[in-house]
Amino acid sequence: MITFWTVVLGLAILLYVILDGFDLGVGMLFAFAPDETARRHMLAAISPVWDGNETWLIFAASILFGAFPLVYATLLSALYLPLMIMLAALIFRGVAFEFRYKSRGLRPLWDVGFAGGSLVAGFIQGCAVGALVEGLAIQDGKYIGGPFGWLSPFALLCGVGLCLGYCLLGAGWLTYRTARDSQELAFRLLPRLLLAVLAFLVVAFVAALGLDLRVMHRWLEAPLLTVFPLIGLAACVVLFTAVRRRQELVPFFCGVAIFAAAFATLAVSFYPYMVPFSITVADAASPPASLSFMFWGAGLFVLPLTLIYTLVVYFVFKGKVDPDAEYH
Amino acid sequence: MDMPALLLSRIQFAFTVSFHIIFPAFTVGLAAWLAFLEALSLATGRPVYRRLFDFWLGIFGVAFGLGVVSGIVMSFEFGTNWSELARRTGPIQGPLLGYETFTAFALEAAFFGVLIFGRKRVPRWFYLVACILVAAGTSLSAFWIMVNNSWMQWPVGFTLRQDGVFVPTDWFAIIFDPVVWVRFPHMFLAAYVTTAFCVAATGAWHLLRDSFKSDARTMLHMGLGLAAVLIPLQLLFGHLVGDYTHDKQPAKFAAIEARWHDEQPASEVLMAWPDPGHERNLYEISIPYLGSLIASMRFDSKEVGLATFPPSDRPPVLIPFFAFRIMVGCGLLMLALAWFGTYLVVTGRLERMRWFLWATFCSFPLGFIATLTGWFTAEVGRQPWTVYGQLRTADAATPFLTSPQVATSLVIFAAVYALIFLFGAIYIYQLLRRGPVVLPAFESAATNPKRPLSMSGGSPGVPAPTPASEISE
Repeated sequence: MITFWTVVLGLAILLYVILDGFDLGVGMLFAFAPDETARRHMLAAISPVWDGNETWLIFAASILFGAFPLVYATLLSALYLPLMIMLAALIFRGVAFEFRYKSRGLRPLWDVGFAGGSLVAGFIQGCAVGALVEGLAIQDGKYIGGPFGWLSPFALLCGVGLCLGYCLLGAGWLTYRTARDSQELAFRLLPRLLLAVLAFLVVAFVAALGLDLRVMHRWLEAPLLTVFPLIGLAACVVLFTAVRRRQELVPFFCGVAIFAAAFATLAVSFYPYMVPFSITVADAASPPASLSFMFWGAGLFVLPLTLIYTLVVYFVFKGKVDPDAEYH
Repeated sequence: MDMPALLLSRIQFAFTVSFHIIFPAFTVGLAAWLAFLEALSLATGRPVYRRLFDFWLGIFGVAFGLGVVSGIVMSFEFGTNWSELARRTGPIQGPLLGYETFTAFALEAAFFGVLIFGRKRVPRWFYLVACILVAAGTSLSAFWIMVNNSWMQWPVGFTLRQDGVFVPTDWFAIIFDPVVWVRFPHMFLAAYVTTAFCVAATGAWHLLRDSFKSDARTMLHMGLGLAAVLIPLQLLFGHLVGDYTHDKQPAKFAAIEARWHDEQPASEVLMAWPDPGHERNLYEISIPYLGSLIASMRFDSKEVGLATFPPSDRPPVLIPFFAFRIMVGCGLLMLALAWFGTYLVVTGRLERMRWFLWATFCSFPLGFIATLTGWFTAEVGRQPWTVYGQLRTADAATPFLTSPQVATSLVIFAAVYALIFLFGAIYIYQLLRRGPVVLPAFESAATNPKRPLSMSGGSPGVPAPTPASEISE
């Protein structure tokens, strides 16, 4: 039961990172849109699905709360200020979808809110991952690091890295969903973003070696872990050629593969810890009565159903966008 | 956590919850109404239902967006501000809120996209199904939230572990607790009545302005009619909620009644200014025997006063006392309006009574006020407990949070919410004011069933005949 919910939690986080990742990425790229038409195309590329995408964040938080309440309580309270700022950013970004079409004079404000909100949300999520990798100050299951315990150069570096990664996903989505201006922009940016992501990974790796992080020892001890980075590298190569051949859907899936590889690397190097290296999966797990209550209803029926109708919705909105015909 | 930080955390939670609850209170009812309109429109083919649907869909879109983003904040605050609560009650509250997310949140979020953007991409039956699923999602969401909140009000089906963690022993008892089944309908009906009054008020407004008269009439009739049926039902459930409070949360009940000392027979305080310092009421107007009658359905029952409880176990009196009276006042006012309005509709005199149209128009916030004050009564009355009788609010907070941290987040939320609430209200007002306009481009494309579905996904290079986007701005 614990393993089941660990896997589901992992999947929910991965799905969130990929799905909201691409729409946050489009949000950041939104700032580079040449004109209103391109902006409309970009928005239309994500507006029917962003809401569902963001739900996976709530999914992850709910599974954490229900199945691993100790981690939920420790992590969320330790990251108090960054999370509050991330929530404010997500609010701005969420209302911008509705508000920018309803307003003329203040449209620039909502545009800034949309792009800025996406940027801040992505940046803070990256910082959180960085802080986790570096290790939060936790003693006897209690956080003792203070309000800015998460803040470090390494965390900030990871924040930048995740933004770049989200942009990569977003650009991949744009080449698939849009045409002309914004597709052009995406094709132009993709190789640069890829290089930037690779550069970040190298810098992060070197920085981690320099910081002598515990996670690094695990990597050096178990060379099998390199399987995932190699898959990621292969995806990079495919992405590069896809952009040169101007294939429309391949770049997005390459981005997904890169993220999945990075995520798997992290997950495998942390396991069995959930908050590295202080709280294990077993420490954090809810009593069996809670886990099985969630399993028999949610795990067995609702989650598969959710995946199915998420796919249905993506199927409904497949193909190129036509913002003029679609917007209400 | 130091005292100021605790107080700030409570203010922050109360503030974010109050902000959030406004939108579900509206969208739960509105989603159901939209599904109903779409079904009517499919069944009868009358264009009025389609116009009303499109009109309210735009408003639903804005309200739903605000509800979603403010709801996300709530799902994090359990961990950020109330981490002890999360750690100790996670095994029970976590799965319940998890079910809300899994069954409801995901459903409404996914099909909301189809509702807003998918009209031309899916067959009409599928669109209706999407409407129904969104409505089902919002209702399910309300259900799980009420199950969870009711457990905090009246915790059952658990044992306490050594480390203070609540371990569930009987999920059936938790979900099928009688408390849930009076509180959920009470909340659910509140949402429907709130929506009904918003619809009726909008109809009255347009009738007063002489615009969209036939649509306005339909809205007014539907809204008042629905409210006329639902409010008596709501009063019944309100009474049942009172019964559970009387039996299970006597301190809350005494606070609502501003009853300081045991009384037999008890009188009912209609209005007063409670003075907690001296444990008495100033300027009291009360009716003898009525208190016993309301509480126990007898004229001579003994009713418990607040002084029975040690001061550390008493809720603050002023907020539940006044909030309850405001809620009941709004309810009775709405009942009078709905019944009199329905009478006027039946006798065909409604539109000549301009003062009544004005009154109906002005009544649009009553449902929101009643919902909010009802929530205050329930939540403030529960203090000083977070989990009634088990876990004090002061012990539920994140231990190491400092007041500067909470103050910062509170300021951030206050600013962000004020901004988006202001603009949300402005944009909803503009949509309401514009009325159910017929969009030519929209209508022709949508009413032509032969239009191939694949075309709508076609080239973005082809401009629509009349850009719907321009009309909709």
